[in-house]
Amino acid sequence: MSVHPLTATDARSNAPPATAPAIEAAALVKTYGDVTALNGLSLSVAAGTVFGLLGPNGAGKSTAIKVLTTLTRPTSGSATVAGIDVLRRPDEVRRTIGVVTQRPGTDPQATGRENLLLAGRIHGMRGTAVRTRVDELLHRFDLSDAANRTVRTYSGGMQRKLDVATGLVHRPKVLFLDEPTTGLDPQARAEMWAEISRLATDEGLTILLTTHYLEEADHLADRLAIVDRGELVTEGTPDQLKSELRGDAVVTELAPEADLATARAAIERVAGTHDVLQEGRVVRARVDHGASAVPAVLAALEAAGAPVASITVARPSLDDVYLIHTGRTFAAAEEGENR
Amino acid sequence: MSTMVAHTGYLTGRLLRATGRQPAFVVIMLIQPMIWLLLFGQLFRRVVEVPGFGGGSYIDFLTPGVVVMTVLFTSGWSGMAFIEDMDRGVMDKMLSSPVSRGAMMASSVANQAVTIVIQALVIVGVGLLLGADFDGGVLGVLVMLVAAVLLAAAFSSLSNGMALLVRTRESLIGFSTMLTLPLAFLSSAMMAKEAAPGWIQTAAGYNPVDWAVVASREALAADPDWSEVLARLGGLLAVAAVTGWIATRAFRTYQRSV
Repeated sequence: MSVHPLTATDARSNAPPATAPAIEAAALVKTYGDVTALNGLSLSVAAGTVFGLLGPNGAGKSTAIKVLTTLTRPTSGSATVAGIDVLRRPDEVRRTIGVVTQRPGTDPQATGRENLLLAGRIHGMRGTAVRTRVDELLHRFDLSDAANRTVRTYSGGMQRKLDVATGLVHRPKVLFLDEPTTGLDPQARAEMWAEISRLATDEGLTILLTTHYLEEADHLADRLAIVDRGELVTEGTPDQLKSELRGDAVVTELAPEADLATARAAIERVAGTHDVLQEGRVVRARVDHGASAVPAVLAALEAAGAPVASITVARPSLDDVYLIHTGRTFAAAEEGENR
Repeated sequence: MSTMVAHTGYLTGRLLRATGRQPAFVVIMLIQPMIWLLLFGQLFRRVVEVPGFGGGSYIDFLTPGVVVMTVLFTSGWSGMAFIEDMDRGVMDKMLSSPVSRGAMMASSVANQAVTIVIQALVIVGVGLLLGADFDGGVLGVLVMLVAAVLLAAAFSSLSNGMALLVRTRESLIGFSTMLTLPLAFLSSAMMAKEAAPGWIQTAAGYNPVDWAVVASREALAADPDWSEVLARLGGLLAVAAVTGWIATRAFRTYQRSV
């Protein structure tokens, strides 16, 4: 199976697949003045699957969502959602999709019920149909008791649930979730994860979700793409991506008095280490067998006269995938963006 | 078109309910125009003795002026609701839904219109208590309401369109203040045109704010010149339609930059 997304040319030259992709983006570029938010992003999402866009803040995930949900037009490139051209027929796309943006998107002065009714009515639902649907969603998201309270009185978790519910009133085919769990406490996050899994399995929704939580992407996405600096870095199932990495990661934190260059060179010389990367006082290396590599690394560092503060072995994680493909750890990328 | 009307209804309902849930805001909205009428009424009581006024009661003269000033100071801030929606994320969510852009503008205008009509009626009531005669009667008051609503439509569209372009409270406050006061004082809202310098009289002729004042004052007079009234109402309608159209176009500019 190819881990590369189809480009527009590929799609045309191949016979149409049995089920057309629910989302297809080809070479999307979006610039804001001098800033390039998307730099030729292409991706393809199969119908009925959960697709995760994973990347640090500022990687271009939200911009990709804005383009695919017709909020803004790309500088160049093309995209379809549910087979409808985003640029040529944005109104039709808007009727087909549900959008849950990063910011709340609900009116704090209106009640939960009013927000849902408005969302349904904007999509042309009328009368008892919309009222029944709203009651159903209020019940399902455990908001029935709070239905007639204004949203400003809701907790963060309740507001987020209402956001997702407003995106579902009109029974969309494709749901976009931009950072659905950012800012939620662990319990609210777990509930949201359960709900997202349920939507995908029970209702056959196609879901595109962005996240900067590695464990969220790992947990929810059938397939995921790592996005960095507006480009797609790699794509595949979480297992595929992790299995690209041979063995374990050995993470060595050097003591303050250690000479970094000497230490790094010593680790590189240890047999079986590869992909050695250094960030501050932390040196990461990939090894075939973590347990047997640790004594060798420690011995090499001692011989080189570089004292060690700590050493750990980790099984492959998406963090390692990110690191291998971008040359930075996820945390460092996030920090860089926040600076 | 029917979609736009339906959406305008739903969105106007949303805005009116939100206003109703802020009682302090409603009280301020009702008291502010009263204060102006009482304050200016006292301050300028003897201004009718200035040549050019031709005598009469200053309250009769001032009431349409205060109504129009209230329009400026209420509708000029209309765009603040847009900016709140942008900050909250409501705007982006709306714009990626099938909501009619025209309805987003029209509902804001309709919300302003309701506010203005209530404020204007309060001002008329206070005016009557202070001894105004309003020779033009109920018809005169209705014409004044129409003029006020048309001016409110133009100003709230302008404010909304500006909000979509500048996207920050500070810039919108600057724009609104910069526009409101000069337009109010380059009109006969507070002062008879004949008592103002020549260049102000000329400028006022091109000022939609003055058209609203003149149309209202004429309609409230004992023997209105209806052609004068209709010409100015027509002008206001044209300005409201053009600003509404331009402001709706501003959604495109906003969407390019988000």
